[in-house]
Amino acid sequence: MRQFFAWLFLIVLMVFLVIGGFEMVHPFGEPPSTMDQYIIDNTQQEAGSNNVVGAVVFDYRGFDTLGEATVLFAAVTGVLLVLRAGKKKEET
Amino acid sequence: MAEILIGNFPLVAAVVLMGIGLYILIFRRNLIKIVMGITILSSSVNLFLVTLGYRTGGIAPIYTDAPEGPMVLPVVQALTLTNIVIAVATSALILSLVIRIYRHTGSLDSKKSRRMKG
Amino acid sequence: MSKIVRTVANQLMLFVLVFGIYVIMHGHVTPGGGFQGGAVIASGIVMLIVAFGSGHIKNSLRERRLSVVESSGALLFIVVAFAGIGTVFFYNFLVGSRIFGGIPPTGSNPGDVWTGGVIPLMNLGVGLKVIAGLSAAVLALALFSSGEEME
Repeated sequence: MRQFFAWLFLIVLMVFLVIGGFEMVHPFGEPPSTMDQYIIDNTQQEAGSNNVVGAVVFDYRGFDTLGEATVLFAAVTGVLLVLRAGKKKEET
Repeated sequence: MAEILIGNFPLVAAVVLMGIGLYILIFRRNLIKIVMGITILSSSVNLFLVTLGYRTGGIAPIYTDAPEGPMVLPVVQALTLTNIVIAVATSALILSLVIRIYRHTGSLDSKKSRRMKG
Repeated sequence: MSKIVRTVANQLMLFVLVFGIYVIMHGHVTPGGGFQGGAVIASGIVMLIVAFGSGHIKNSLRERRLSVVESSGALLFIVVAFAGIGTVFFYNFLVGSRIFGGIPPTGSNPGDVWTGGVIPLMNLGVGLKVIAGLSAAVLALALFSSGEEME
């Protein structure tokens, strides 16, 4: 019974994804974007760098990079915390 | 119908990868296989994100010695960079938890580690 | 590991370090940046762990030194982000000034390192953080399997 419900869930999810993929709003290769065109045109004047992706990661959307650095820090702390060979607890 | 499938081939590949990842996540019981399914799922999302920003005949968004042509969208590539780093960090954390579970219960079967206490 | 593997890993680590520092510091001119360069150097340290064994590397990379490096990278990132708080958070206040303050000519050009404003400093901070974080995680995993502990 559980197998039947698992297969049903998977097939319904995939049908939704495939139908959503066929009704993409724009044709492949022509994205309608005005924000990205502004960033490409004005990076060398405002951010002063040749690498547009680097300027987007650290200057235009620097807040997302702050969040990512926090996630990296939390994950490394978690790994070092879980993998400690603990001492044996004494019987009281 | 066929030319839609061949014209949007990266999107079809992303959907197929997501299907494989979801199948592994639902139907497999070995803990290491579940971690592999999570990694495949996040790879499919990264592929989908990079595909969304494609412009026909586009060049890389770098101005150093750039050839002629329109540039592909840079914001989507920045989001994919963040997603890759986060996926590495979370998969390291999940693998360390799997190592602990194996030391505690002695098996890698997810049906044997369902109890919450002990 | 055998003597050939250990010698080759010793000699190759220099080139890995030079390439990693190049990718980090030229993050605003060529493709690359803090995360990519940090991953390159961290994979070089993983090569050293595989060649020499984790018990040997544990004496050089103690947990205290790695955590100092990671925290200093994060602090550099946050201090540079707060320094332009007069206008807005994460303001690029070094464009047009004397440190890293050139403006490249519009269009395709051979790149100049002394451009970019506040971006090379942030690249350095994130690169230090990624190096220390990834090598600490791999070292902890390698040490746990052999029964010891990371001090």
